[in-house]
Amino acid sequence: MRNPRPKIHKSKASSRPAETPGPIGALPGYQAPDAAGHFGPYGGRFVPETLMSALEDLTREYLVARDDRFFQRQFRDYLQKYAGRPTPLYFAARLTEKLKGAQIFLKREDLLHTGAHKINNVIGQILLARRMGKKRVIAETGAGQHGVATASVAAMFGFECTVYMGATDVQRQELNVYRMRMLGAKVVPVTAGQQTLKEAINEAMRDWVTNVRTTHYVLGTVYGAHPYPMMVRDFHLCIGREAREQVLLQAKQLPDLLIACVGGGSNAIGLFYPFLQDAGVKMVGVEAGGEGIKPGKHAARFQGGSLGVLQGAKTYLLQDADGQIMPTHSVSAGLDYAAVGPEHSLLRDLKRVDYTYATDKEALAGFQTLAKIEGIIPALESAHALAHAIKTAPRMKKDQVMIVNLSGRGDKDVYHAAKVLGLKPV
Amino acid sequence: MNRIDQKFAELRKKNQKGFIAYICAGDPDLDTTAELAVALEKAGVDILELGIPFSDPLADGVVNQEASQRALSRGATVDKVLKTIQKIRRMECTMPIVLYTYYNPIFHYGLEKFIHDAKQSGVDGFLNLELPPEEAGGGERAMKKHELHTIFLVAPTSSEERIRKISKKASGFIYYVSREGVTGERSSMENSIESMVRTIRKHSRLPVVVGFGISKPEHVRDVAKVADAVVVGSSIVKKIGEIGKKPNLIADISKHVKSLVEPLRRPKTTK
Repeated sequence: MRNPRPKIHKSKASSRPAETPGPIGALPGYQAPDAAGHFGPYGGRFVPETLMSALEDLTREYLVARDDRFFQRQFRDYLQKYAGRPTPLYFAARLTEKLKGAQIFLKREDLLHTGAHKINNVIGQILLARRMGKKRVIAETGAGQHGVATASVAAMFGFECTVYMGATDVQRQELNVYRMRMLGAKVVPVTAGQQTLKEAINEAMRDWVTNVRTTHYVLGTVYGAHPYPMMVRDFHLCIGREAREQVLLQAKQLPDLLIACVGGGSNAIGLFYPFLQDAGVKMVGVEAGGEGIKPGKHAARFQGGSLGVLQGAKTYLLQDADGQIMPTHSVSAGLDYAAVGPEHSLLRDLKRVDYTYATDKEALAGFQTLAKIEGIIPALESAHALAHAIKTAPRMKKDQVMIVNLSGRGDKDVYHAAKVLGLKPV
Repeated sequence: MNRIDQKFAELRKKNQKGFIAYICAGDPDLDTTAELAVALEKAGVDILELGIPFSDPLADGVVNQEASQRALSRGATVDKVLKTIQKIRRMECTMPIVLYTYYNPIFHYGLEKFIHDAKQSGVDGFLNLELPPEEAGGGERAMKKHELHTIFLVAPTSSEERIRKISKKASGFIYYVSREGVTGERSSMENSIESMVRTIRKHSRLPVVVGFGISKPEHVRDVAKVADAVVVGSSIVKKIGEIGKKPNLIADISKHVKSLVEPLRRPKTTK
């Protein structure tokens, strides 16, 4: 389908005008990663030798599938008929009215089957695993959304499925644990370290190293060793491609601002990427500010982090003076992670995407606001993006347009949020 | 001459196979690590593989993970590990020392500075678990300048093409990971070891050592038939963890290691 000719705004309003002088540039000729999986100085393949052949095979197979029309048609078909794409771009009229600024559109990934954008990538990867003749898939999960998506698609294709989940997350996302079990997956609580996403990835990697010949590791975000950051990004491009078409149809213009939360950064990259070449479209990734930017109290890698290597990739991460990985905190399990996807580090260097953070408190406020005035309960992860939208929209003009990626729905968070907010049943 | 080369030359002359012991630096504490190193050499260990503790040791099984945790909780840092190696050298311990490490602690320390300081402290080589040859460009020149060896792993899943690539970059020795999986004891050894070691030798003249899962004297004996040296880690680390910081630690570990080295020191009966 051909896009109507976009109208591009020259003037920019910004939440942090001092940091963004002049119009937002496109990235002509941007192509990443290179053949070895490097996004500029980031990314790469820092894994035990046992996994290298599997990563080489996966890369080769993926590159073939990427150019294979049959594979792509199959992928699109499942996205449409199983996951429920395309997702709507919803004009949040009352939220816009309340904030008295930019027109706010929500990309409704929360309406997808299993409740979050995660399923896009899972369908892609499990189709690939099937092509490669694997019979078993494993996954890590933080909030449980990736785990539920993997368990669902594995069930649909008849794969054996094991999901690793930090024991802390098992507690705060209990509902998703039940869902995964009902879907026939084995959920393994991980009790090492601080018992959250990072430890779950360690354990999934250990499983993969052990069972690499029979098992595909369905990594859930734009992280890890090459080809994962590239492949997972590609599987999520549908988010931004749809949003671009929809906003041109509905708002008759390109957006002035895109906002998405960033844990590993898969929903953000999926939304941002198809707009990278659109000069004038500003993008903001919102990390988890937790209880504020103090050591161990947040997961905002671009605030308190520095360059390092963790779980396969070179990127920004939270570490102490001796290069040990720091504990993190966020009210949302899905953002509670010490490192950020390598492509985000590059996009930040290139000044194409700005990164900021929202605290637990701000996210919870965003969570409640959306529930009360739009009738949508967002995932706590997505609530971080909303928190930034709420801050920014009033400072923008009424003819300006922003898209907030509503990456997931908040059913899973209802119990946890009620506890944090002190809500009682009666 | 690097102590590693010297050691393998010596072993060849004696027509013996080497024994490599792995322990985690700082477990139960760094002073004890120094004492353990000296005791291990006396017990017949040829090369010490000393682990730098890391918060996220994803290639390690639970025994080594716990050791890493104990070491970190007792304040082990990269800097202190290097100081401990200086101390080990002052205690007249002359066996080669290979640092077994994840990438982030040394990357954060500064690769060049780390290589320099490690050499000054008496280190002979590095084994980086998360650094395949494709990513190993960074410290190469500094490693050569300081005559330190870069030890690479070969896995059962490594293709012959990869083995060729690894052989080109490797120095000191090549470490064959005997099975797919993390570190830790296993009841039996894989059958594929012999054929993989043969493939490695086709591409490299370096000594080939075999590790991962070797925990019993009979494993040591069997693996030594095809390898130039045998690595034992978890079985020693587990005992250190069980005993903890007690007066009998050094004596008990020495005894345990002697029983593992013993099969390599019996006079040869076959070819």
